[in-house]
Amino acid sequence: MPDFKEMGDYRSRITQETFGFLKALTWDEMHDMVAYIIDQGWVPGVEHETPAEAHGHYWTLWKLPMFGVKDTAPVLEELEACHRAYPEDHVRLVGFDDYTQSLGTAFVVYQGRG
Amino acid sequence: MATKTYDAGVKDYAQMYWTPDYVPLDTDLLACFKVTPQEGVPREEAAAAVAAESSTGTWTTVWSDLLTDIEFYKGRAYRIEDVPGDPEAFYTFIAYPLDLFEEGSITNVLTSLVGNVFGFKAIQALRLEDIRFPIAYIKTCMGPPFGIQVERDRLSKYGRPLLGATIKPKLGLSGKNYGRAVYESLRGGLDFTKDDENVNSQPFMRWQDRFEFVAEAVQKAETKTGETKGHYLNVTAPDPEQMYERAEFAKELGMPIIMHDFLTGGFTANTGLAKWCRKNGMLLHIHRAMHAVIDRSPKHGIHFRVLAKCLRLSGGDHLHTGTVVGKLEGDRASTLGFVDQLREAFVPEDRSRGVFFDQDWGSLPGVMAVASGGIHVWHMPALVSIFGDDSVLQFGGGTQGHPWGNAAGAAANRAAVEACVKARNQGREIEKEGKEILMEAASQSPELKIALETWKEIKFEYDTVDKLDTA
Repeated sequence: MPDFKEMGDYRSRITQETFGFLKALTWDEMHDMVAYIIDQGWVPGVEHETPAEAHGHYWTLWKLPMFGVKDTAPVLEELEACHRAYPEDHVRLVGFDDYTQSLGTAFVVYQGRG
Repeated sequence: MATKTYDAGVKDYAQMYWTPDYVPLDTDLLACFKVTPQEGVPREEAAAAVAAESSTGTWTTVWSDLLTDIEFYKGRAYRIEDVPGDPEAFYTFIAYPLDLFEEGSITNVLTSLVGNVFGFKAIQALRLEDIRFPIAYIKTCMGPPFGIQVERDRLSKYGRPLLGATIKPKLGLSGKNYGRAVYESLRGGLDFTKDDENVNSQPFMRWQDRFEFVAEAVQKAETKTGETKGHYLNVTAPDPEQMYERAEFAKELGMPIIMHDFLTGGFTANTGLAKWCRKNGMLLHIHRAMHAVIDRSPKHGIHFRVLAKCLRLSGGDHLHTGTVVGKLEGDRASTLGFVDQLREAFVPEDRSRGVFFDQDWGSLPGVMAVASGGIHVWHMPALVSIFGDDSVLQFGGGTQGHPWGNAAGAAANRAAVEACVKARNQGREIEKEGKEILMEAASQSPELKIALETWKEIKFEYDTVDKLDTA
């Protein structure tokens, strides 16, 4: 018989896709991810949504995708600015890939409340 | 115009079908066969025989040959090459005119290329190594119902490989117990679960029963996690009518994906189902039972790269490719060679990967490569490195064999894959640093820590039977 006292229980939670199973990325790691997006030739963009409306394909776009951006700093600043403007919302970073006409990556940076 | 005369009897094939000066047309369908002739049969004659028997020829001259322009319709053996490391065999390259094949029919292409010719007496063994489909033919095929990008958009899953698991035991569970195993796996963090290929509609679990319980499991897991989930509902059935009935029911239940076995089910059924899927907004996962019967012998049969190309044309959004690292047959370079054929828009000739021709896929959508069988968390760094993001990594035993159960097993795999993706994005060498990456992630995930302890010792290091031909 397995040792039930030792056995763990996995508690489901709202993980919201990519990186939902990692602890929140540090500032340095965020910098690395933005650099990766730019390096792949993707266009970084920021999206946000209230937790109640976070289902479905569209979250609300923050400003416009950052076409032509070469540095990570302005992207990180816009992520923060979006979070300040919508503190209750989920905020995610995406990379628009014009070759596939899809997203190269997308992951939640700030978890909203509620 | 030259006068044609009827001269009855048996002629050497080489007279008509060996044409070393021929320059293939862009519209020709090209094939490379590995031929092992019977002793005493010259290479040119054996090559020409393969060209003849897989196109217009028969063993003797017939008068009705003269009623058509055989020169226009015949297949031509145009090149012969040594096979590295095999003095008995040689490669022959054959060009077939486009008009030999019905548009959009993989069934028809294979009936010609791998039909009677494989039993031909002058040949000891024969293997179809590769086909170059001309772009003109590719444009007659619908291909994958959706393809990689549209699948990602439909599911909102980006920037990482997807995770799956085949529900075990593969036979004998009731519908409700089966749905339980699905629910636990999906709520734990997998993207997909899968019917085993053997699961169709047996007495212990009829298909309607399974579909209903699984649909509830999928929907509940979505609510619990805020993620899109799916289960490959196997609609492979005794006849096409029942196959479509099952597909319709999956759609009625709101399920995003169904599954088919393309070799046992057959290309005609597969192409029909792929068309149904595109029309009905349903993703299509393809399993490959029976492939090893066809592709495992290095001397005889069809290489899997050909079957993979045929599937991309016939239609499917996912295809099993082997894992390179797990318990099943696979050679890394060769596997990467056909993974490219599934996913890329253009694949250049590359003999080091077993790719004999340039292949232009035109606008045909790409197919996700599925790595499944005998893999666990320790393989994750290698799998992410080999297969990249556009793949489904499937851990059956590696999820459901976790000491704490399916949900914990799923969470362990998810933590591991995300740690590898993060490390890769940071520019780390994930295969080399695999152990550190997993151990770091395990410090945040008790489920992963236990998984790493459970599977530490398992290794599968049998040598590959079907290797690439090298000297």
